[in-house]
Amino acid sequence: MAHDATMGQAEAHYTTTGLDHRKILMWVFLASDCLFFGALISTYMVYRSNVPTGPGPEIFDIPYTSVSAFVLLMSSLTMVLALAALQRGNSRQARLWLLATALQGAVFLGGQFYEFNVFVDQGLTITNSVFGTSFFVLTGFHGTHVAIGVFMLLTLVGASWMGRLKPKHDLTVELVGLYWHFVDIVWIVIFTVVYLIPS
Amino acid sequence: MATAEQQAHTEEHPTPRTYVNVAIILSIITIIEVAIVIVEVPSVILISSLLALSAVKFAFVVGWFMHLKFDARLYQALFLGGLFLAIAVLLALVALFENFTLPAT
Amino acid sequence: MAMLGGLLERPTGTTGIWSWLTTIDHKRIGTLYLVTAFFFFLVGGIEASLMRLQLAIPDSSIISANVFSQLFTMHALTMIFLAIMPLSVAFFNWIVPLQIGARDVAFPRLNALSYWVFLGGAIILNLGWFTMTAPAAGWFAYANLTNTTFSPTNGMDFYVLGLLVLGTSSLLGAFNFIVTIINLRAPGMSLMRMPIFTWMAFITSFLLALAMPVITIGLVELGFDRFFGTNFFVFERGGDVLLWQHLFWVFGHPEVYILILPAMGIVSEILPTFSRKPLFGFPVVVFSGLTIAFLGWSVWAHHMFAAGLGPVPDAVFATTTMAIAIPTGVKVFNWLATIWGGNIQLKTPMYFALGFIALFTIGGLSGMTHAAAPSDLQQTDTYYIVAHLHYVLFGGSIMAILGGIFYWFPKMTGRMMSDYQGKWSFWLVMIGMNMTFGPMHYLGLVGMPRRNFTYPEAMGWDVWNLVASLSVLFMIAGIGLFVWNALRSARSGEVAGDDPWDARTLEWAMSSPPPHYNFAEIPVVHGRDALWEQKYPDEEHAAPRPVPAGGAEEADEHHDIHMPSPSYFPFIVALGIFLLGITLLLYQAAAVAGYAAGAVGLILLLWGSYGWIFEPTD
Repeated sequence: MAHDATMGQAEAHYTTTGLDHRKILMWVFLASDCLFFGALISTYMVYRSNVPTGPGPEIFDIPYTSVSAFVLLMSSLTMVLALAALQRGNSRQARLWLLATALQGAVFLGGQFYEFNVFVDQGLTITNSVFGTSFFVLTGFHGTHVAIGVFMLLTLVGASWMGRLKPKHDLTVELVGLYWHFVDIVWIVIFTVVYLIPS
Repeated sequence: MATAEQQAHTEEHPTPRTYVNVAIILSIITIIEVAIVIVEVPSVILISSLLALSAVKFAFVVGWFMHLKFDARLYQALFLGGLFLAIAVLLALVALFENFTLPAT
Repeated sequence: MAMLGGLLERPTGTTGIWSWLTTIDHKRIGTLYLVTAFFFFLVGGIEASLMRLQLAIPDSSIISANVFSQLFTMHALTMIFLAIMPLSVAFFNWIVPLQIGARDVAFPRLNALSYWVFLGGAIILNLGWFTMTAPAAGWFAYANLTNTTFSPTNGMDFYVLGLLVLGTSSLLGAFNFIVTIINLRAPGMSLMRMPIFTWMAFITSFLLALAMPVITIGLVELGFDRFFGTNFFVFERGGDVLLWQHLFWVFGHPEVYILILPAMGIVSEILPTFSRKPLFGFPVVVFSGLTIAFLGWSVWAHHMFAAGLGPVPDAVFATTTMAIAIPTGVKVFNWLATIWGGNIQLKTPMYFALGFIALFTIGGLSGMTHAAAPSDLQQTDTYYIVAHLHYVLFGGSIMAILGGIFYWFPKMTGRMMSDYQGKWSFWLVMIGMNMTFGPMHYLGLVGMPRRNFTYPEAMGWDVWNLVASLSVLFMIAGIGLFVWNALRSARSGEVAGDDPWDARTLEWAMSSPPPHYNFAEIPVVHGRDALWEQKYPDEEHAAPRPVPAGGAEEADEHHDIHMPSPSYFPFIVALGIFLLGITLLLYQAAAVAGYAAGAVGLILLLWGSYGWIFEPTD
């Protein structure tokens, strides 16, 4: 075991903890990402009640955003079902769940795009008040995370279609899943802190 | 090879049935959250219950969907360390701005 | 996807420029870091020397106020982000895998990516020199000095984009070393058997992974303000300039420990080796390192006492700041106790390590004087602070790094640096450093403000300024001699052998320089100071027992050790990140150039990423 001479990253080899390098890397990255969002949410919290010009938080359409938050929440379910299917050896079902997850992510992004447009029409822009600035940058930063996630999911779907995503690659799907769930829990926080709690 | 990894995978791994149950709980909590916002309860109760409910949702997704509850302890230490640090910094910053800003700015 | 990756076969060459562009060997990447960072150390030194030239006499006009502002800003940025941090990372790369008994880091290609992204960031940060519009708002870049009204040139754009790219590099490197140290330790090497330098690298990597995001968000916000007209730090639209200070120093204070902890690790390796004693109180040194890192998150606002946060925050942050002196003091006493009663070998690395203890202690004590908020109000923005920070960063970090280069030079090159010249450079640097920064304590206390490009004769500051400026010549001579010593010794120095210092840790178990696979056989570790235990199994003073390990002479027998081939993709991805980094700048100059750079950068990034993912692993 200790003499395993292969150092290829994707291959099994001796590790001190017995855990895979890549999964540790992903958790460290997520811990680090907590600080990214922590700093951004702090900015929003400091600025949320500071609206010298333009519309303030009363602009939010809670029922509308609840629906898109719900879609993202359910995409976490399909993501974990994709992983479970792949681990059972059912690549075809895994592919369908991955596609469903990507589609829900896309629906969320479409919803965010529409929401941003409505806000701009109502006079809340990224430049006209610090509330708008911190709102759009925070939710936009999260949206960028979602977009990257959708991109990775579609890559997995594509690889699966080409027959290159086999049950032995379940760790790859698990890692994308961890990222995806993290994006979801960040939205749980943002949905509560930004939308639901009145200033 | 990865002995602990295999161990982590074998010990009471949640089934799809469990995942669906978790998703149902998450949906119910979301409905409660939106409901109490629309019903307009007193703001102290509202804010504290919203924070508590979202923390529960957070814990369910992290614990079950991300397997953190069932996985190696190392992952918990790494992630929760970052998470708590982020929360601490956030609270400190908000406290510094809410309570200690100079008057008349 | 297979085609994307298949366009480039994995390169195999081991010599020539392509082998360096595609290398994923942690030792070669360490060398790249070391050479690049030392180059920037010299650049930062030149910037500092120009400032001292201007300040040598009162009412001088050799350098304009504008250029002076660029010089002090770039001097700080260069020394912090392009010299001390990457020099520490150079040691992480070179030494950590060897100390823990690994063949490489956990993610060799990611490691190469960190370096190339670092180089790109360093270039972006320095682009301003070509038009003499380098950043000029200080390395702390306080809002609203940084907005387009008060910083109308591209200077702050270079700052934002350069630091964003450099931050990416730091994060990738930190993730890599965290995983490496957690997961690639040799069998038997528990955390408490891990060499102390590796411990400090571990702690530093966590600080980087958790602190860089905060400044990244600050930089993104500043970048949005400058490029897209948002209001994060625009007072008239509800922005708060203090928020920048908070975000900056939430990162900035852990950053201070990012700069000093690796240096402490180096010194904690050198002192036991040259005292021929184990490090005194190893667990305590580890835990004080952890305590420093943890407390480092609770002190940031001591940089902001002058901002007027109010008595309660000032008192809290003053208290937490003073608390950090406890673990730091513990470390100093541990070092002293390590030397105590030791069989001290006064070789050059030991000189630098002892110099570190003395100078760092002075810097630490002067730091305590501005931990107290009322006394800080007298000292802030004066040369007293400049004196303090140079005692900890030059007297601390740089002295340790110079000692570390001297200490590990035989391992890296197979040859010794000249001890005689090394001692000369130590004394020259030591005298120059004290004569330059020592008088600044006095100048600061009598009121000389920092960052002013000149001062009137009537202030009575001219004598000590002249002394400080002239003493720079000692440092130039000392560093120059050090460089010459290194260059000459790399070619014709005395051949070192595997273990020239009779040292204690695993990196000395193999030939110098190590074979590309490091260990022919992964060692099994039975205790702290793993090599020492094998060399002297019974008694301290017995003759050392030869230790079999992966040596070059055995290389022929180890064709079966398979290391991953070099890869083009880290360089391609880094090039993409670099182009994306300058996209906004080019767009401002000419929209079409911006689109072109953005498109090409994105294509390189995507192509490189897909090629990377689907690249065969051998």
